[in-house]
Amino acid sequence: MKGSGVVARVEHAIKGPIWNCQMCGQCVLHDTGMTCPMNCPKTLRNGPCGGVRANGNCEVKPDMRCVWLKAVERSERLPVWGPHIDNLRPPVDNRLKGTSSWVNLLTRRDKEYPAGWLGAQGDV
Amino acid sequence: MSELERKITAGRFVVTAEMPVIDGGGIPEVMRQLEPMRPFVDAFNTTDNPAAHAHASSLAVSVALLKAGAEPIMQLGCRDRNRLNLQADMVGASMHGIENVSCMTGDDVTAGDEPESRRVFDLDGPQLLTVARALQSGHYLSGRKLEPPPHFFLGAVENPGTPPHEYRVRRAAKKALAGAQFLQLQLCYRPELLESFMRAAHEIGLTERLAIIPSICILRTIGGMRFVASHVPGIDVPPAVVRRVEQAADPEPECFDIAYELASHAMSLPGVAGLHFISFRKDAGIAKLCARLGIPPRSERDIDGYSAPLAV
Repeated sequence: MKGSGVVARVEHAIKGPIWNCQMCGQCVLHDTGMTCPMNCPKTLRNGPCGGVRANGNCEVKPDMRCVWLKAVERSERLPVWGPHIDNLRPPVDNRLKGTSSWVNLLTRRDKEYPAGWLGAQGDV
Repeated sequence: MSELERKITAGRFVVTAEMPVIDGGGIPEVMRQLEPMRPFVDAFNTTDNPAAHAHASSLAVSVALLKAGAEPIMQLGCRDRNRLNLQADMVGASMHGIENVSCMTGDDVTAGDEPESRRVFDLDGPQLLTVARALQSGHYLSGRKLEPPPHFFLGAVENPGTPPHEYRVRRAAKKALAGAQFLQLQLCYRPELLESFMRAAHEIGLTERLAIIPSICILRTIGGMRFVASHVPGIDVPPAVVRRVEQAADPEPECFDIAYELASHAMSLPGVAGLHFISFRKDAGIAKLCARLGIPPRSERDIDGYSAPLAV
């Protein structure tokens, strides 16, 4: 859709410089202390891996502070959405990469999860 | 139901151990590695390309253990396979009768000897647990039916020794929510961090929801200690511990003493459901350490219903 391509460019122009947005198309910034989890080299959506260095830096990029360490710290200061960091976030839908998460939010496309994921959630 | 599930459900103290990696040598090599640990160990973790080095697959080694009459805990990491292949391996494992599956994110390709590899991480640890639960409920992730559904006893891992320390218990709770029934912890050379993790887990009732099993490594040499201290992601060994081994007249008994001290401390903590041993000794180091800790052999524990170890 031509219009959504324009929106995606506008979204990237705003979110790129602020959050280093990677345009996954299913934004969870509010849930992760306004820290983009797609900047984690493992693209983890559910918290820090076990490889974080003792100084708080990334296992993969030794000079970079762990993305999830920042996410946890910022979530503690974030009103309303802060506790959402503990939510279990579903796997990334790789088809949405490069599309606008704003459009996907409005059309609820970003809430279309695989049926098996929803089934597994149901028997918690 | 696996023996591990039966014992953990009954509140019995369990001993698990890391199966050494298998390269060449076939089934006889599996047997050779297995035998010295066997009398003390309830279930063996078969590792999934540990530290990003390729070895015989965890599924293949798990099948070999089953054939040998030993119980595997098949580790499954997210680094090397996408969601399709993770499901295929779980359903395939179930076909062979493997029930204990430990789901983990996995360390990065840069930790290994082929750092040029593509890292996958199509899922993360908590998502993999949820997918395993979908399979158990009779569906693939897509929703496609899987009948009859496989039965798994699901494990996960957590690292109590690395930042963000306070958040680690919440991440473990997320894994319990995702379906983990037991949680094996990463090696921790800072007992105060393991202690705060266990106390916090106990306080929020997490130890009632899943069996938490700290890990202990039995090293032998200065080189081994230095390797763990500097090459294993997420493990912080205090310099004083490394120095202690460096300055010892004989490093082997010193390493053993360190393992014993960490293990007896771990056993004294609230809610500890068992111990996981990693031994790089070629002799029966695990048997020796269990004996010193006062943990009876598996056959005696089975008869007595051993559940409450006393730290000696």
